[in-house]
Amino acid sequence: MSKWEVVMGLEVHAELSTKTKIFCGCSTVFGGKPNTNVCPICTGMPGTLPVLNRAVLDYALKLGVTLGCNINQNCKFDRKNYFYPDLPKAYQVSQLYAPICQGGGLEIEVGESGEKKFINIHQIHMEEDAGKLVHESNFTQIDYNRGCVPLLEIVSKPDFRSGDEVIAYLEKLRETLMYLDVCDCKMQEGSLRADVNLSVRKLGGELGTRTEMKNLNSFKAIARAIVYESERQIDLLESGGEVKQETRRWDDERGESYAMRSKANAQDYRYFPDPDLLPISITDEELELIRKSLPELAHQKRERYMKDYGMSKIVACTITSHKNLSDLFEITTEHSEQGGEVANLISGEFMRLLKSSNTLPEKIEPEILGRKFAELVKLVVDSKINRGAYKEVVGKVFESPHEIEPMAYIEEKGLLMITDTGAVEEAVKSILAKNQSAVDDYRAGKQKAFGFLMGQTMKKLGGTASPDVIKSTLTDVLKG
Amino acid sequence: MSALEISAKIKAGELKVVDAVRPCLDALKENRHNAFTPVKTGHEERVLKKAESLQKRIDAGEFVDSPLAGVPIGLKDNVSQINELVTGSSKMLTGYESVFNATIVDKIEQAGMLIVGKLNMDEFAMGSTNETSFYGAVTNPHNNDRVAGGSSGGSAAAVAAKEIPLAIGSDTGGSIRQPSAFCGVVGMKPTYGTVSRYGVLAFASSLDQVGAIASNVSDCSALLSVISGEDKLDSTCVTKKPFCLETIDESANLSGLKVGIPRNFLDVDVLDKEIKESVTAAIETFRTAGAIIEEFEMPLMEYIIPAYYIISCAEGSSNFSKYDGLKYGYRSEKAKTLNEVYRLSRSEGFGMEVKRRIMVGSFVLSSGYYDAYYKKALQARELIKNNYLKLFEKFDVILTPTTPITAYKLKSHQTESEIANVGIMKMYMGDIYTASVNLAGLPAISVPCGVDGEGLPIGLQIIGDSFADEKLLGIAKAYENIAGSVVKA
Repeated sequence: MSKWEVVMGLEVHAELSTKTKIFCGCSTVFGGKPNTNVCPICTGMPGTLPVLNRAVLDYALKLGVTLGCNINQNCKFDRKNYFYPDLPKAYQVSQLYAPICQGGGLEIEVGESGEKKFINIHQIHMEEDAGKLVHESNFTQIDYNRGCVPLLEIVSKPDFRSGDEVIAYLEKLRETLMYLDVCDCKMQEGSLRADVNLSVRKLGGELGTRTEMKNLNSFKAIARAIVYESERQIDLLESGGEVKQETRRWDDERGESYAMRSKANAQDYRYFPDPDLLPISITDEELELIRKSLPELAHQKRERYMKDYGMSKIVACTITSHKNLSDLFEITTEHSEQGGEVANLISGEFMRLLKSSNTLPEKIEPEILGRKFAELVKLVVDSKINRGAYKEVVGKVFESPHEIEPMAYIEEKGLLMITDTGAVEEAVKSILAKNQSAVDDYRAGKQKAFGFLMGQTMKKLGGTASPDVIKSTLTDVLKG
Repeated sequence: MSALEISAKIKAGELKVVDAVRPCLDALKENRHNAFTPVKTGHEERVLKKAESLQKRIDAGEFVDSPLAGVPIGLKDNVSQINELVTGSSKMLTGYESVFNATIVDKIEQAGMLIVGKLNMDEFAMGSTNETSFYGAVTNPHNNDRVAGGSSGGSAAAVAAKEIPLAIGSDTGGSIRQPSAFCGVVGMKPTYGTVSRYGVLAFASSLDQVGAIASNVSDCSALLSVISGEDKLDSTCVTKKPFCLETIDESANLSGLKVGIPRNFLDVDVLDKEIKESVTAAIETFRTAGAIIEEFEMPLMEYIIPAYYIISCAEGSSNFSKYDGLKYGYRSEKAKTLNEVYRLSRSEGFGMEVKRRIMVGSFVLSSGYYDAYYKKALQARELIKNNYLKLFEKFDVILTPTTPITAYKLKSHQTESEIANVGIMKMYMGDIYTASVNLAGLPAISVPCGVDGEGLPIGLQIIGDSFADEKLLGIAKAYENIAGSVVKA
């Protein structure tokens, strides 16, 4: 194995989270009833014309600027012509001759060692998504809801040498896309898709013939598919065979890929500039505006968190591992002004809750959770509830973020700490009255008796008073 | 009666909208020149009903500012009107009804005009004789053995035969101007980007421009003032304000006008002697009226036709791909697999000329040939455009014949046979004076300037500078005022 080197390049498709489609006003929302988010334009009815949604351009520029790409200030759209039922115009509007971004790249940290490597971007271009075919037993239906949803295709150079590098890159890219608020990166819903181009060669030798793998729906699937395909190619070459240039479809259930189409009968897409869309010119001022509007990215947040809140690197990394988590952290902190406590909550109990309930961070609602968590954080810091109650209510809010109101729940369950020292004194007195022998022991100098009386009082108060208060009250009364 | 006169009478209460439209509907029914395409059942009743409600609105004082309120109009069969047939005169779209209005249809209706029906055209606007129409050729009102020209043949013939006062046409390489010249009417292709293409079936998007056909320049100007102007649904339609009729009238003067004559255009082999004489006479009319005439050599002439056909076929091959038999229009009954749906529907649904141009377009875009053909054609186009830019630093307008010959005999370019390829090339050469105007995106108008020995009309093409449409219309009107009565066929 060691004499072989795997060479990979990635084509990542990110569906943009613009409200409307790239060339018409239809909604981009995922999961609507088939053909409800469509109009004559995105279904390519005769006579219709596209008009570019400028937000798409802004999104592409945000990513391009962040990745240090050369921005093509005079970019154009091209048509990629091919017949397929999910493509109602029989061409896809994309960019080939003058894509919006070229060059640039991402620095990744690979594996446990965190070794740094720079992955170069070949180009980033804007294009429209196709519809979706829904296959039934003896017929096929077409859903055009996804048609014309804006995409960025991010094409890397063949810089990857291992599956770990690929995953590290995808994680970093996902993080960047999410922090830029450009894509929600839900792989299950197809809003982030990656195709892997892979070839193998003898170390230092000429590049081998590559295959392209599609239908990779999770990072795990990508990692498995890379192992499978590199082994397949190496086996083939070692047994005297040849790798065919082809597109292969990954079957995650069976853990293998199979050939979809070979490049021998590859389609000629007859790309040419789309005459319905004028060339786009991007002014220096527009670019400057984009630069200024860039939000804080994950790595910038990490550094700030460590500096401002004294977080450890591990905690900062955990909290910035998903935009929803750092959003949750920031919203909770904003409402509670208790960064340290919030950091502990998110990186500790909250992460445990996510894990035990098998919940992806993309599913949580930071806005709602944050406001309610802030209430709880304030209560626990002010000793108005104890740690146990805090954990309990956090769990409840996590389970039903919309239904549970922390304060109402605490009151209903009587979880509030007693701050009225009179009530504590009363409880102490009643305990002392019932345990005269222990009082005598204490007065005789037995410290153990104090612990016993303390325990009895706490028990009586059901954990709703702070031990400090009980301790001082008990001391005072005994001194009596 | 001109369209403007009809509207004036209607607004003055001297003519009813119904009475203005009834002769048009009769002509549609009779269809003597095959200028109209089929309509849905109950069409006449629906139009008459619309006429009545339009009358009420006019009576109530609406549309006082519209120069064409109450005027009937015909649309080329590539303009979408909601719930009406729009077929591009192709078998591929027979029975297809649009689900929305073209922007110009909205504008026409907002101006209080009344749409009579759809007008025959070459299939998907590919042709110069109207013979490629699925509904058959349109005959020339001046001679039944002659073609009306194309692709807006129905539009020109219907106006020439006075079947309708106004018509919408579209022009990709001469498709408004050439049939207008053949039929002896006024036809204008405005500057690319002045009239919305939204809702008009595309042939070649970078060349297509919607325009007007009328019996005189003023009517033509009035219609353009209605349909021109920015459209947020068409990003290539960039002009801000619609054309203004008053501005057009004010610019009507030939004195001191700098007029360019491309000498070599008049020395082309295929140019008919009588056309040359007639156009030369028109040039003299300009000179006599005080225009300063200067001849020049038009460079790059040999690139016009190749560049035009490469670019238009390339764009057309892509634009027509959506007609795949899946979603609407014609689907072959023989098709059993997806591939057969595509292959058979397109083989059976498209006519010969359209298929020929799809083949040419697909070829010039295919990898390995793109650089040799398509890219070269784009470069030639740039050169042609830049040359015009230079010319218009010097000239106000350029005069040329609209066509090298008058209306062809029917069936003189057999499109179905192999040996006809020579004839096809000859037909393509007919675009020599008009196509470069589309390549450069300029405005140009064809006005009648005479008739040949057989009484067939001859057109004078006046080419204007980019976005100087109002000035061009004014000049055309000034010429018409002087020469009009002489050349009326």
